[in-house]
Amino acid sequence: MKLGALAAFVALTLAACGGTNNNTGNTQAPPPTANLKPLDKVGTGEGQLNLIAWEGYVDDSWAKPFTQQTGCVINAKYAGSSDEMVSLMKNGGGGQYDMVSASGDADLRLIYSGDVRPMNEKLIPDWTNFQTYFKNPPYNTISGIHYGISLQWGPNTLLYSTAKFPNKPTSWAVIYDPANKGLITVPDNPIQIADAALYLMKTQPKLGIKDPYELTKPQFDAAVKLLTDQRPLIKKYWALASDEISLFQNGDVVVGAAWPYQTIQLKAAGAKVDETIPEEGATGWGDTWMLATKAPHPNCAYLWTQYVSTAKVQAEQALFFGETPVNTQACAQMEALQAGSCAQYHANAPGSYFDTIKFWKTPISTCPDGSQSCITYDQWVSAWTTIKG
Amino acid sequence: MAVATARRPRSKSGGAARFSTFFWRFPWLRPLLLLSPPMAWFVVIYLASLATLLITAFWAINPFTTQIVQVWNLGNFERILEEPAYRAIIGRTVLMAALVTVTDAVLAFPFAYFMARVASRRVQTLLFAAVLLPLWASYLARVYAWILILNHNGLLNWSLQSIGLPPADIGYTNVAMWVVFSYIWLPFMIIPTYAALERVPESLLEAAADLGARRWRAVRDVVLPLALPGVVAGSIFTFSLTLGDYITPILVGGAGSSFIGNVIYSNVGIANNIPFAAALAMVPIAIMAVYLLIAQRLGAFEAL
Repeated sequence: MKLGALAAFVALTLAACGGTNNNTGNTQAPPPTANLKPLDKVGTGEGQLNLIAWEGYVDDSWAKPFTQQTGCVINAKYAGSSDEMVSLMKNGGGGQYDMVSASGDADLRLIYSGDVRPMNEKLIPDWTNFQTYFKNPPYNTISGIHYGISLQWGPNTLLYSTAKFPNKPTSWAVIYDPANKGLITVPDNPIQIADAALYLMKTQPKLGIKDPYELTKPQFDAAVKLLTDQRPLIKKYWALASDEISLFQNGDVVVGAAWPYQTIQLKAAGAKVDETIPEEGATGWGDTWMLATKAPHPNCAYLWTQYVSTAKVQAEQALFFGETPVNTQACAQMEALQAGSCAQYHANAPGSYFDTIKFWKTPISTCPDGSQSCITYDQWVSAWTTIKG
Repeated sequence: MAVATARRPRSKSGGAARFSTFFWRFPWLRPLLLLSPPMAWFVVIYLASLATLLITAFWAINPFTTQIVQVWNLGNFERILEEPAYRAIIGRTVLMAALVTVTDAVLAFPFAYFMARVASRRVQTLLFAAVLLPLWASYLARVYAWILILNHNGLLNWSLQSIGLPPADIGYTNVAMWVVFSYIWLPFMIIPTYAALERVPESLLEAAADLGARRWRAVRDVVLPLALPGVVAGSIFTFSLTLGDYITPILVGGAGSSFIGNVIYSNVGIANNIPFAAALAMVPIAIMAVYLLIAQRLGAFEAL
């Protein structure tokens, strides 16, 4: 999956401390490409399609049939991090790249720097079959304008050993509990601050946190303090999914924050583990295919987006990576490929499930009340260094 | 002029003769030509990139676009000095490097002494192979092997429990890092120490014995001072390699195990803050400069 994405967030900020740049406040203005009219009809393919993607998002098993159907030959450039995606997409893709499979943390930056342009969701027939949440998620849709079409997603769940916890833990409190000292693992990722904020949202309502990605200074400090106090309890901050799997397998840890992928791998290996979304809810990530402002092959780009949104390809990609399709029709296809996978990956989750998940977005200075005093992502990154020690 | 005539190269035909005459007339030209390609490489690739790094450290980034802003300032260095977390990380890195160096010196000296002065030729060859053998395996393979030994269900705890001792939970701690670093860099300490010990003339030991020194006294007062430059030379490797490492902390370190290299890595890869990473990269460079100066005083470069 997107190890790079997890390891690589991009600093998007409005100069709380820099003071010398003039970019302050441009999240208030509409994105530069907001008025560009999207296509209203998909024409014949141009024969080429240049994609920036997470490694394997353009796997031959579904890319080859696409080329046969449409005649669009795909040239994929794999990016190692969200950061690399953003820099490759500079200047609207430079007239070279057509699309990027950006993650929620890169999206706002691509949108507000004018590198991607609005897309017409009506040209994607399967869009109507998407989970309601992923039709207009706040990380790729602004003021009703779609700057891309959602692709796949995954939640960040609480993974625990059923030997240690015969009763399912109901709260994230277990990963902050000194009783589990030395038996906890969490991702080595600054976005973990949002997980702490999510927990504080419910446990310390007087802090008034409304959105775990939009934190004022006191709210941010409270989350950082919670994580600093958690540090002595942590066995290891995991960087790769495989690290966490071996930590659980070897009995080094009994509880931690994880993706469904780890749970599935561990269960398949016979480990006594299970996952849950505690009562405070969870964070999650979502990927989007976005169209470059200067895309040279827009028709092939639309044909590709149509193709990857179909239930069959959605199911194939989901199982290939251990992520969840946004197309609700993909469930049957997943079952056909691997029985039980639909429920495992929550592909059949009801709409209420998405109320419990706060999807990643880049922390920017705009607060929920519209003021510009919130903590920006570059400060999240440096706070994370301090937390980890 | 007889000497000069004798040295005159045999005359060859055509251009080759003219070349050799030319070099004979200007003897300084030959080393200059021989040295200039590697020197140019060194200056352009190594020193120029270091200089670029140094300059970048005094710039800043635009926090919105993360593009470099070429405004001269000391903000990055101030941040390193003021933030306790960075001081702690620098302190941890240097302390670990020093600890690993001392550990390796203590382990390597008796081993190298045995190899150089006690073992037979045959045993010496075998020991040499044993020291160098781990270097054939990849660094990562060796670190992962240690993870398997040190983790909760690993070989160490299994062995302890099978003889009735409580498990030692040192997997994913700074202790684990110390063990792994000491293991990985040990050959780099043994080889120079061995080389220095082998060079100690037997006659000096015989002289010491003639003057009534027992073997232990001779080792302490004769061998040790003469071998010290070799140990210091080895310590340059162990110290600098530990100081610059960032993979072992990721793999075997736990919470609170970040090294300078890890912070540089996350600033380049995650935060895209190259100027701050450059400023932080100056720290190990400065530390190594001081270290090399001390090592030079102790005669390490003659022993290399």
